[in-house]
Amino acid sequence: MILLSLLGISILVALILAFIGDWRYAPEVNIGGSLLTFIVSLVLALQVYHEGGSISGSAYFFVDYLNISLVVLTTLVSTTTAVFSRRYMRVEREHGRVGHWRMRFYHAMFQLFIFAMLIALVTNNFGVLWISMELATLATVLLVSLYRTPTAIEAAWKYFILCGVGIAQALFGTVLLYFAAERVLGAGGNALLWTNLSRVSSQLDPTVMRLAFVFLMVGYGTKAGLVPLHNWLPDAHSEGPTPVSAVLSGLLLNIALYALIRCKALVDGSLGSGFAGNIMMGFGLLSLLTAAFSMLRQKDIKRLFAYSSIEHMGIATFAFGLGGPIATFGGVLHMIVHSLAKSATFFSVGHAAQMHGTQEMSHIRGLIRGNPAVGWGMFLGVMALAGMPPFGIFTSEFLILTATMKDAPYLAPLLLLGLAVAFAALFRKVQPMVAGLVPSGQKPLTAANIPVFLHLVLVLLLGIYLPGFLANWFHLAVEILK
Amino acid sequence: MTHTIATQINSLLAALILLSAFALLAQRKIMGLVHIFAWQGLLLALSTAVIGYASGEHHLYISSLLTLGMKVILLPYILYKLVHKLKIHRDIEAVVNVPTTMLLGIILVVFSYHLTAPIRELSNLMTRSTLAVALATIMLGMLMMVTRRHAVTQILGFLAMENGLFFAATSATYGMPMVVELGVALDLLIAAFIFGIFFFHINTTFESLDVEQMAKLKETD
Amino acid sequence: MSLHPFVIELLQFALLLGLAPAFAGWVKVLKCRVQGRTAPGILQPYRDIRRLFGKDIVLAENASWLFRFTPYLTFGVTAIAAGIIPLISVDLPLSATADVIALVMLFGIVRFFTALAGMDIGTAFGGMGSSREMTIASLAEPAMLMAIFTVSLASNSTSLTQMVSVMAHSEFVIRPSLAFALAAFILIALAETGRIPVDNPATHLELTMIHEAMILEYSGRHLALIEWAGMMKLTLFFALGIAAFCPWGIATGGDTGLLLLAFVALSAKLVVGACVMVLIETGLAKLRIFRLPEFLGSAFLLATLGMIAFFILE
Repeated sequence: MILLSLLGISILVALILAFIGDWRYAPEVNIGGSLLTFIVSLVLALQVYHEGGSISGSAYFFVDYLNISLVVLTTLVSTTTAVFSRRYMRVEREHGRVGHWRMRFYHAMFQLFIFAMLIALVTNNFGVLWISMELATLATVLLVSLYRTPTAIEAAWKYFILCGVGIAQALFGTVLLYFAAERVLGAGGNALLWTNLSRVSSQLDPTVMRLAFVFLMVGYGTKAGLVPLHNWLPDAHSEGPTPVSAVLSGLLLNIALYALIRCKALVDGSLGSGFAGNIMMGFGLLSLLTAAFSMLRQKDIKRLFAYSSIEHMGIATFAFGLGGPIATFGGVLHMIVHSLAKSATFFSVGHAAQMHGTQEMSHIRGLIRGNPAVGWGMFLGVMALAGMPPFGIFTSEFLILTATMKDAPYLAPLLLLGLAVAFAALFRKVQPMVAGLVPSGQKPLTAANIPVFLHLVLVLLLGIYLPGFLANWFHLAVEILK
Repeated sequence: MTHTIATQINSLLAALILLSAFALLAQRKIMGLVHIFAWQGLLLALSTAVIGYASGEHHLYISSLLTLGMKVILLPYILYKLVHKLKIHRDIEAVVNVPTTMLLGIILVVFSYHLTAPIRELSNLMTRSTLAVALATIMLGMLMMVTRRHAVTQILGFLAMENGLFFAATSATYGMPMVVELGVALDLLIAAFIFGIFFFHINTTFESLDVEQMAKLKETD
Repeated sequence: MSLHPFVIELLQFALLLGLAPAFAGWVKVLKCRVQGRTAPGILQPYRDIRRLFGKDIVLAENASWLFRFTPYLTFGVTAIAAGIIPLISVDLPLSATADVIALVMLFGIVRFFTALAGMDIGTAFGGMGSSREMTIASLAEPAMLMAIFTVSLASNSTSLTQMVSVMAHSEFVIRPSLAFALAAFILIALAETGRIPVDNPATHLELTMIHEAMILEYSGRHLALIEWAGMMKLTLFFALGIAAFCPWGIATGGDTGLLLLAFVALSAKLVVGACVMVLIETGLAKLRIFRLPEFLGSAFLLATLGMIAFFILE
C-alpha cells in the first residue's frame, strides 16, 4: 500500500504539473510532491528496518535493504533538485530561454522521470525494470533538448539513438534470461521475478546466463555511461537544463548500475565463477581511466562534470565487479555519496553558469568573491568529488582500494593512476574558477543554498562518521548481492 | 503434421523477415523504407499468429494483433504522415558502399548464428532455429542505424531492431509475459511520439533531416 | 521398352540442338504479343540460322585463328553442356564426368573465348563489349556457384544427376534456402543469358549493348553458330533452373513412356518459364551499366542468404 503510494504520488503530481506547470507556485507543487515522496520512502525504509528483510507489494513490487537505500537517495535528491530548480528555472524563464509550454513540459517530465526511476528500483520483474529504464530515458530525452539550440537537439538525438541501441541489447539479454528462467520456473510472469530468480539462480543454465549477461552488460552499461559506450553522456548531461543534468548524473546512472548488479548477482549464482565480475571490472577500469584523461581536456564546465560522472560510475562498477563484502560495501556507499556530491556540484555549476551567461570554464572566474555561497559550494563539492578526506567519497574509494590491494593487487596501480589524474584535472580546472578576481560581466544572483549544503553536509557526515545502524544497513544490503 | 507444416511456414516467414532486414539496409528511398518496414511488421504478425496456432499459446494471438496494429498500421501511418508533412517523401538518401554494408550484414548473420547456437541446442520449441534470425534482425537494425545518416532512416533502424527483439521473444520463449509485452509497446508509442517531435525540431533547426550536420559536439583540444 | 543410356544422351543432344531455336522463337513471339507487336512466328530463328549459313563470311584482314576458332568452340562447348544437364532423364553417362562446378567452368570457357574474339579485331566496340562482359561475369559467376551450392547442400552432392534425383523424389517441404537460391538463380540467369535488365538482345545501340558488341564483327556461318549457341545457352539455363528447383516428372531410367512424359513435362515447364521471363523483361527497364554491380550483388546476397538459411533454419 505504502509502496503504491510511493509511485502514485509522483505520477499524480506529474499529471497535475502538466496543466499548471507554468503557474507561479508550480515549483512549490513540484517540491511538495517530491518531498511527499521522500517522506513516504522514509516510512518505507523504517518499515523495512523494523520488519527486517524485504516487503513485497503484490507480486510485482518489492523492497529490500538494497533498493530502499537507493529509493531514499532518489527521493531525497529529487526533492533538493526541485528546490534548486525553483530558483534556477525562474531565472531561465525570466531570461526567456523557456516559455509557457516548456515550463509545463519541464515540470511534468521531471516528475515522470522520478516515477520511472522509482518503478525501476522497486519492481520485482526484470521485464518491468527494462521498461521503466526505457521510460526514464524517453522522459529525459526531450528535457535535454529543452532549449532547442542546435547543440541541445544534437545532444538529445544522440542520447535517444545511442541509448535506444544500447538498451535494446538489454532487452535481448532479458529475453535470454527469461529463456533460462522458464526452464526452471515454468512459463508465465513469475519466471522474471527477482524474488524467484534469486532463489533458484544456481539452477539457471550457465551457457545461456553467460550470453544473457553480455547483452545485459552492454545494454545497461550504455545507460550507466561506461566506456566505450559513453559517447552520448557528456553531450546529454551538458546540454540540458542544470537540474536535469543533476538528476541524470546523480540518479539515472545509479539506476542503470543497480540493474546491472542485480543481473550480476543472478549470473554469479548460476556460473559460480568470476565471469560477470571480470567483465564489470574491465569496463569499470576502462571508464575510470578514459574519463580521467578526458577531463584534462574539457573546456565546458558541465562536460567536465559529466566526465567525472563516468569516472565515478567506473569506480563503482569496478567495485561491484571485484565483489567481496568490502568492495561491494564500498560500491554501494560510493553510489550514494557520488550521487549527493555530484548533484550538489551541478547546482553550484548551474548558478555559476547563470552568473556568467556561459558554460565556458575560461570565462568563469572569481566565484568565491562574487558569490561566496556558490564559490564555496562548488569548491567543496569538487573536493568531495576528487576524493579528499574527510568527505564520504574518500571513505568509499579507500574501501575499494583496500579491497583491490587484497584481491587484485596488480590492478591497484591503474586504479590509483585514474584517481590521481581525475583529482589533478578537477583541481586544475576548478581552482581558477573559484579563486581570483571577479570579472566584469558577472551578474549577481540569489542562489539556492540549502540543497548544495545539505548534500555536502551529508557527504561529510558519511565520511567522518557512519552511524552504526546505517553501517549495519549497508552490510545487509551487501548480503543481498552475494 | 500441422506442427511440421507450421514449423516450415514459420521458417519461411523468418527467412522473409531476414530478407526484409537486408532490404531495409539497401533501400535508398524514404517511402520505400517505410513500406518495407510495414511488410516486415506484417511478416512478424503472421509468424506470431502461426506460432500461436501451432503451439496452443493463445496469448500470442494478442501479441500478433498488437504487432499488426502497432507496426503494420500505426507506426507506418505516423511515419507516412510525418514524411509527407516534412516534404521529404521524395528524398533519396546518398548511401555509400552498399556492397560493403551487405557483406558486413552477412557476417553479422553468421555471427548471430554462432552466438545463438547453444540456445538452439537447449531449446525444444518449434521456433528454436529462428532465434538466430531474430538476433540477426537486431544486429542489422543496429548496422542500419550506424551506417545511415538520415534521421528517418535511423529511426527505421531503431524500429527494425524492436521488431527483431519481439521476434526474439517469440522464438526463444513463445513471447515474454504479457505485462512486459504491453510495457514495451507503450514505450514504443512514447518513442514514436518523441521522434515525431524530433523530426520537426531537427528539420527547423538544421533545415534538413540529415544528421551528418549535427556534429558540433565533438571533443575539442 | 527401355533405352540404353547412350541413346538417351544422344537424344538429349538432338533435343537441345533442335528445340533451342524453337524456344528462342517462342520467347520472341510471347514478347511481341505482350508488347502488342506482330510476332514473326516461332520458326523464325530456324529461318535466320539457315539464311546465315547460306551467306559468305566477311573476315577482317587482321583476324587471327582465335577469331575463326571461337564460333566452333562456343557451339561445341555449349552442346557438351547439354550432355551434363538432365533434361528428360537422370540416367546420363556423361554426367558422371562433370559436376555442376565443371558446368559453370564450361560456360566460363565460352565467355573467355568470346571476349578474346571480341578484342581480336581491335575495334572499339568489341573491346568495350568484352570488358563489360567480363565485369558482369566476375560478379555473376560466384553468385551462380553460391546458388547452385545451396541446392547441393540440400541434396548432399554437386553432381547434377544426383541433385536432380534427390530433389525429384524428396517429399514436398517449404525450404526458404531453395526459395532464396531460386530468386538468386533467376537474377543470374537474366545476366548470363544477356536479357533485360542486364543486356538487351534486340538492340545494337552502342551505349548499351554488351554481348552484341562482342560479336559485331561476325558474319555468315560463324554468326549462325554463335546465335545458335546463344539460343542453346538460354534453353540450358532454363533447363538448369528446372532441373535444380522443380525437376518433378523427370525420368530416372530409360523407359520410353517415362521419357515421353518427361519430355512433355519439360516442354510445359519451358513454356511457363518463358512466360515468366517475358513478364520480367517487359516489366523492367534496362539498368544503367554502373547499377549492374548492385543487381548482381543482390543476386549474390540472395544466394548467400539461401545458404545461411539452410544452416540456420533447416
